[in-house]
Amino acid sequence: MNYSWDFLVYFKPSVTGEGVYWHLLASGLGWTLLLSLLSWVLALALALFIGIARTLPHRALRWPAAVFVHCFRNVPLLVQVFLWFYVVPELLPQAIGMAIKQAPPTLSQFLTMLLALSLFTAAKAAELVRAGIEAVPRGQKHAAKAMGFGMVDSYRFVILPQALRIVVAPLTSDFMNVFKNSAVALTIGLLELTGRSRQFSEFSAQPFEAFIAATLIYMAITWCVVMFMRHVERRLRIPGTGGA
Amino acid sequence: MVASAVLFALMGGVQAQELTGTLKKIQDTGQITLATRGASVPFNYLDDSNRQAGFAWEIALKVADKAKQAVGRSDLKIRNMEVTPQTRIPLVANQTVDLECSSTTHNLERENQVNFSITYFAVGARIMARADSPINDWKGLAGKNVVVGAGTTTERLLRQLNEREKLNINIIMAPDINEGSMSVESGRAEAFVADDTGLFSSAARARNPSRWKVVGEPLEREAYGCMLRKGDAQFKKLVDEVIVGMMKSGEMNALYDKYFTKPLNVRNGFNMQMPMQPAIQELYQNPSDKAL
Repeated sequence: MNYSWDFLVYFKPSVTGEGVYWHLLASGLGWTLLLSLLSWVLALALALFIGIARTLPHRALRWPAAVFVHCFRNVPLLVQVFLWFYVVPELLPQAIGMAIKQAPPTLSQFLTMLLALSLFTAAKAAELVRAGIEAVPRGQKHAAKAMGFGMVDSYRFVILPQALRIVVAPLTSDFMNVFKNSAVALTIGLLELTGRSRQFSEFSAQPFEAFIAATLIYMAITWCVVMFMRHVERRLRIPGTGGA
Repeated sequence: MVASAVLFALMGGVQAQELTGTLKKIQDTGQITLATRGASVPFNYLDDSNRQAGFAWEIALKVADKAKQAVGRSDLKIRNMEVTPQTRIPLVANQTVDLECSSTTHNLERENQVNFSITYFAVGARIMARADSPINDWKGLAGKNVVVGAGTTTERLLRQLNEREKLNINIIMAPDINEGSMSVESGRAEAFVADDTGLFSSAARARNPSRWKVVGEPLEREAYGCMLRKGDAQFKKLVDEVIVGMMKSGEMNALYDKYFTKPLNVRNGFNMQMPMQPAIQELYQNPSDKAL
């Protein structure tokens, strides 16, 4: 291979005069973290409601939840982001659509991506919540009923505390996926970590150094996620109940 | 002994020098890999009949033809490899692609990784805006939403201008030229900044071409050349000889006419309508392989 390596390039000033290259990466990392963490919080809250709704006996609640999951889980994230960013403003009344399009670009890119990533992640996590609820032995539900708990109380005191403990481990990989999926934001121009690495690679003509840095940063993030979720799992474990 | 020396000298004459680098690789593998682009009209693109075409693509084919003679293999195969602005430099550097001829700007940073052939085209960054827009020059972009192709040399120029002149432009990044023109057509951006060739082709392909204008002094002229492996003087010499030969023989002018002044097999006969500028004529009369 005919490549001139330069690992000091991170400390060289960008050709655009916008700071040194590691500053570009750091600002990208900031957007990636902000976007992913906010999306994760919103997605979890939404997933809890939708996952529960999927298991309820009322058809009026179960159906919309099923439609939500199917729409947002079965369409590639890239397509969803594109629809939210380019198509939806055209479908709204013209004044509103124009206001959205004229908003400061970074803000509208960030909010669009936050919306898309939250809904996409929520649809996936909702299925986990549903699976967790269904994994609680049927006898537990019957026992709750026999003890005189109503629907709300039996979810709150019997089913959910067990179901949510079951899904903590599978949720880890969804949590990691949020960070990786956030890179789709570069297609609508948000300069998150991958977008910044591309820019770095183009401006410096040192593509390998740029993407090596991005790889290590993503690995560090996902390692932190794994550590955090392990900690959560340990904290939530009920003594004497084994793994789940 | 004498006979073998004569034979050796004869062979030496046929094969002027020991092949090295790219040409050696081409000879050994029996194939040359040329980079293709999907929509870099009119430089390197897929036309309406799904065939690779383009001004720079034809130059690449000429080079492949010359390479076939140089390595003495009539069975040499041409392998196409699709690249994007982001992948082209690493793919040339790591020997996946032997030659990349499209709309690739020759600049000094890129010379760290690759070499460039003789320049065959020059562009300058300009502004596309609605015909009724108050934007008429670079200062007019101050405080506006402006879209630019991500990872292009134009993005770099726009950011430099923004920093230097403190224009407070909101720079919107588009992944490719089509998203760029979509952003300005839908009103998300008030102007699209790209190289003039790209802007003329975007405006001409827009739903209503008369609604658009291309304004602003070209920011900085940029040279387009073929990209090849760094430090491979033998292959570079071959590529340069082909290009200079085309310039001297008038073949380059004919190729220019074919792609810039006549209908192309793109979107039902789209025509660039860009007669040759003096700057390009100058390039063909005095070939150079320097970045502008």
